[in-house]
Amino acid sequence: MKIDLRSPDIIMKLSKLGSFHQSKLSFLRSFLKEFKDWNYKRDLFELNELGYGTAVYSFKKNDRVYSLICFANKLEGNERSDRVIATKWDAAFTLHDGVPAKQDIERLRNEVPKQEVGRLSYKELTLSRANKSVRVFNHVVDSLSEGKQPDISLLSSVGYLYRTTAVYGSGKFGLADRFRIKDREEIYGPFRLEMMLVYLVRQFTFDQVNHVAKNKNPKKAVSLDHEICRNLGIGNSTGLGMAPFIVNHPTLLNNWVLARETVLKKIREIKMVEKKDSNLFVKYLKKSIKNITSWNTDSEYQQKKIKFLLKDLKNFINFIEKDFNFSSVFAFNKIYLWVEKNSGDECIEYIVSMMMEPYDQIVSPLIKNMSSEEEQYFNIPTNRTVLELRDILESKYKEILKIDFSKSENNQNFWFISKNKEEPRLADRFEEKGSDLEQPLAIARDIHKLYEALSVSKNSSTIDKFLSRNNHLRHVVRRAFIVEKFPYSEIQDNTISKSAVPIDMLRLKLSFFGAVKFDPRSDKWLRICMFQGAPLPEQLKDYNDSWVYNSLN
Amino acid sequence: MKSLSEIDTVSKRATRGAGFDWGIAEEVGKNIRMLEMLGIAGIKNLNHYYKIKVKKNFEKINLIDKENKSNKLEYCPIIAGVSFLDQVRSLESLSEIKFENIAFPILFLPFVSRASEIVGRKILLKVDNRTFLLNYNTSIYSNSLNEGVTTIGNKVVVKFLENQDSFEENEWKELYTLSEKTFVEENESLKQSAAGAGLTDND
Repeated sequence: MKIDLRSPDIIMKLSKLGSFHQSKLSFLRSFLKEFKDWNYKRDLFELNELGYGTAVYSFKKNDRVYSLICFANKLEGNERSDRVIATKWDAAFTLHDGVPAKQDIERLRNEVPKQEVGRLSYKELTLSRANKSVRVFNHVVDSLSEGKQPDISLLSSVGYLYRTTAVYGSGKFGLADRFRIKDREEIYGPFRLEMMLVYLVRQFTFDQVNHVAKNKNPKKAVSLDHEICRNLGIGNSTGLGMAPFIVNHPTLLNNWVLARETVLKKIREIKMVEKKDSNLFVKYLKKSIKNITSWNTDSEYQQKKIKFLLKDLKNFINFIEKDFNFSSVFAFNKIYLWVEKNSGDECIEYIVSMMMEPYDQIVSPLIKNMSSEEEQYFNIPTNRTVLELRDILESKYKEILKIDFSKSENNQNFWFISKNKEEPRLADRFEEKGSDLEQPLAIARDIHKLYEALSVSKNSSTIDKFLSRNNHLRHVVRRAFIVEKFPYSEIQDNTISKSAVPIDMLRLKLSFFGAVKFDPRSDKWLRICMFQGAPLPEQLKDYNDSWVYNSLN
Repeated sequence: MKSLSEIDTVSKRATRGAGFDWGIAEEVGKNIRMLEMLGIAGIKNLNHYYKIKVKKNFEKINLIDKENKSNKLEYCPIIAGVSFLDQVRSLESLSEIKFENIAFPILFLPFVSRASEIVGRKILLKVDNRTFLLNYNTSIYSNSLNEGVTTIGNKVVVKFLENQDSFEENEWKELYTLSEKTFVEENESLKQSAAGAGLTDND
């Protein structure tokens, strides 16, 4: 049986993309899988009794070495902020290409803590900073220094000791350009070096908390239990800076979603599901429920989604336990169709992620397709005709062409870059100044304008002639020809509408990262957790890809 | 040192800041990135051009012809470049295109380089006494690569080169003869056991 890929008209809606969950395709899982047999080492750990100083961690294989350099500094309570406008953090990090020389560490000591106003070099690959969850960190220090393990329920409710507030790569602030390293096989998957940084930062937080506790009470202190460590991840606060990324990298977005859709299609096409695979699916599905029941958020929006997800999942488990026979043909297709009919988006996409778990042989080959050589698709095929371009718009932007942009609510917001930290922001067009400096991210509206311009142009006219009169639409002409080849490259929604929920765009990207426990703090930023339950570096040799479902929560 | 990613982003935003449309700004970002990667003074020329552009008008050429003479104003290298890039498939048949007075011709250069890739032909770009051989947008060979800021190209000629060998036929034959030393002479038994042997093709 041949199953079609799900339609971009449905999948690429913001509400759908905002319901995606981590899966076997997620970048942090594929990172761990790739680096599981690399040699991990703590090369330097020079912290004072309060935990301030320098540490270096590395992954090494053959001649290749990646080193995380950590700088931990004293931070007053009133200086601590997760917002991008902050200028100081509890700790700052960079991933260095190779073994750093002393001069490198001295150079970086002056630059890394400054983050966006510092300068990195081509020897550095990624840059980040993080703040303590002071409540949790202090509790752990106090407990360990008294010879006790900390309160698990407090740790579970937060999930981490530190949260990063930005992770930069790909040439930002002088970091190495991607072209310098893109041919290294170990980093073929997207964001792999960013994942490595976050993973090693997690280990630094454990080492630091142990070190501070030990210095506080050398005779009595104990180390944080390894199982508790494994159950802690690293937090992240993410704002709108991440949202335009998925608009500005259309072929990359396509490759991520296409990989997910291709896996789903192949699983639905399996005629006879083997017993071991159906058992694995049910086992992980049930184990995963505790990741949802321990999903804490104050956001009513997310609470409602979690509530419906749990209800739908209970119905689904009831269905497969009572009414479903995995021996029937095309069992996973039947499951998918049942879920699609009986559940909301959160649950549908959750089950899609869970269905991947038994199928390493389907998922693994697709991971390397999730990067993109975007430059290859930059040139506009100007020999094509107006008729052809209009046909593309009518077939690929059907939903968008239905939007009425004469209504003010459909033009409500505009995206701009803030002068303060050069970060993307969203503002109300009718209340704030600056819409004349709008970024080219109102794709739906501009596609509409393009369609209108094409409608009054001669069908046989070529695009070079069309552009000579309409270069103000050039950015969307380029996109339209990209979406012709890459069906999942465009969000099929209006990102400037009053009703758009910007965090849906963040959720999409973060789910591909492998984040869990999305905790929206408003409609414009959220907190998440990464690597919770992941093996510690010294446990990687016994790596088990199902670690996501083995947390203690 | 600035990364190429920073060069691309800042050039794009500066181009928008200088009043060009976003789609054109995207083209310029990629172009300046390419020039700087090849060691050609992209940032210097772009910066200089935008400083002058504030005070001075430039002619925007939207349709390129075989001979293009600006009226009173110098041609804007960016609009000239975008038009050339967009129209290159139809311009190719003209084999040679002339411009008079293109401002900051180094900013025009990357558009022509990209056009070389699109039509799959090498292009020779002459800017007064400077010559640039553009090889399918993979490399640029020139008699003067890094001369800093060039404010005007009085006579600019774009010549589409025929794809042809750079060597004589006898030189090819001599080399081919040498390559034959890697071949094995087939005897009768090898011929009879080769692929397809023993079957009739009249089936």
